[in-house]
Amino acid sequence: MLLLVVLSCALLPLLLGLDERRQDTVARDQAPNASHWFGTDGLGRDYGARVLVGGRASLLVGLVGTLVCVLIGTVYGAVAGYYGGRVDDAMMRVVDFLYGIPYMFLVILIMLTMSDEDRNSPTAVFAALGLVQWLTMARIVRGQVLSLRHEEYVLAARVMGARDLRIIFRHVLPNCIGPIVVYGTLQVAAVILLESFLSYLGLGLQLSWGNLVADANVVNPVESRWWLLAFPCAFLGTTLLSLNFLGDGLRDAFDPKTRR
Amino acid sequence: MTPPDAPLLSVSGLCVRFPTAGGVVRAVEGVSFELRRGETLGLVGESGSGKSTTARAIVGLVPVAEGSVRLDGTELVGAPAALRRARPRLQMVFQDPYASLNPRMTVSSIVGEPLVVHRRVVGRAALDARVCRLLETVGLDASLRRRYPHEFSGGQRQRIGLARALALEPDVILLDEPVSALDVSVQAQVLNLLEDLRRRLGLTYLFIAHNLGVVRHVSDRIAVMYLGRLVEVASRDALFGAPLHPYTEALLSAVPVPDPVVEAARRRIPLDGEIPSPTATIAGCPFRSRCSKAFDRCATDAPALREHRPGQWAACHLPERS
Repeated sequence: MLLLVVLSCALLPLLLGLDERRQDTVARDQAPNASHWFGTDGLGRDYGARVLVGGRASLLVGLVGTLVCVLIGTVYGAVAGYYGGRVDDAMMRVVDFLYGIPYMFLVILIMLTMSDEDRNSPTAVFAALGLVQWLTMARIVRGQVLSLRHEEYVLAARVMGARDLRIIFRHVLPNCIGPIVVYGTLQVAAVILLESFLSYLGLGLQLSWGNLVADANVVNPVESRWWLLAFPCAFLGTTLLSLNFLGDGLRDAFDPKTRR
Repeated sequence: MTPPDAPLLSVSGLCVRFPTAGGVVRAVEGVSFELRRGETLGLVGESGSGKSTTARAIVGLVPVAEGSVRLDGTELVGAPAALRRARPRLQMVFQDPYASLNPRMTVSSIVGEPLVVHRRVVGRAALDARVCRLLETVGLDASLRRRYPHEFSGGQRQRIGLARALALEPDVILLDEPVSALDVSVQAQVLNLLEDLRRRLGLTYLFIAHNLGVVRHVSDRIAVMYLGRLVEVASRDALFGAPLHPYTEALLSAVPVPDPVVEAARRRIPLDGEIPSPTATIAGCPFRSRCSKAFDRCATDAPALREHRPGQWAACHLPERS
């Protein structure tokens, strides 16, 4: 299902020659029909094209934002958890402090430090979301590492004289992969949602699922143009649900104990 | 060159302390012993007596508060560079065959890792050949080396752990209860393998166990620990034949005898009384609270480990009184 969503967002607009910007002033506010499967919006743009192209942005932001946050969170959490003691205390207080600041405030702050032309670029949104969302990941990884570092195979690696970096990357982190993957997939969903919220505030991307949902909500009454809300929501919901199943499946696949 | 009768590993005045919320736990308190080349020293004691902590302190896994550990005369405590150089010669086998192997690595990479870390072999093929030889040394089928640890039984896993310890061709192996997690039938196989390897490869063992029967089978000398201290060190025959310390006596009385007639006549010396809290500062003999033969001097004087008979050391006032 997820694959279907991803593939259709990536390929369909190209294959069908859909243009999400072309306006057809005659065919405005049309309900789904044969020529516009998902209907058209108030400016006569094909809504199917907009949902699909918006999906590209949403998925990309979710993926890249998550990668950024997994990367920072994992390394930070692993270092804090492995060295423990004072290092851990200092590093986790920083995390606690950042937690105390409302994340939306942080995102806006990060966005405001960027120049105008950077602000609406996808890279800026990736960076801002990743920089804010790594905190929970850091805590999860730290907790795992803290309990794994007293495992006998970690002690065995120390006795054989392996260096810390090797122990962290060969012995500790591979055994944290389950929670990282599961939390990571949930994170994709969270980042997609966060981005749509940002779009609503005018800080996110120009066209994404969140953006479409936000625009549809302005229409009054919503029932009169249900398709504006229904399609992006259906895509968003399907994607988020699939991501959760995917997380579960990946965890099983990564665990050699369940492998036959 | 060290003289041939010099100890290979010598531990003296070793103290390990853990600060906790309830006070400082004195896990190991002034432990001294020597390991001579080629011998097996059994280290026994009940749970929490500091056996494993002693071994872990020797290899630098827990910080040493006081004392010294020398390998071939080279001090290892407080000398990270020396400890790192000594690592290949001083290896350890862990108690739990399920926890001591990384579940995400194949047997081949587990056994080969020490060789990679210390750059002992060049090239994949050479590494693979070494791993196969090591697995065969510990009696495992080398064709299983691509598998993961969970596909093996406890005994097989312990052999894998042993192969990993042997990879660097160590002089000394610290065996931290290597068979206590195994079935009795498998225990015997692993013990025989250990004995065989010791002879063939000229190894020296520190064999930790809480089962005197197992220790009797493998040890040349035995050291008994109680509450972080050594209470008796003697040759196996002296210790089993004529123990000096009442704690040793009590432990021996708990070992079942295979002969049913003798077994029926066996009298157990029960250990009553409380073990002092590990955070407490103890005046006098630490075993006093559970000792049936304690007298007035035990309450005031802490007995030192003394050689009461040739080669038999005990930390007790009794032999001096009689």
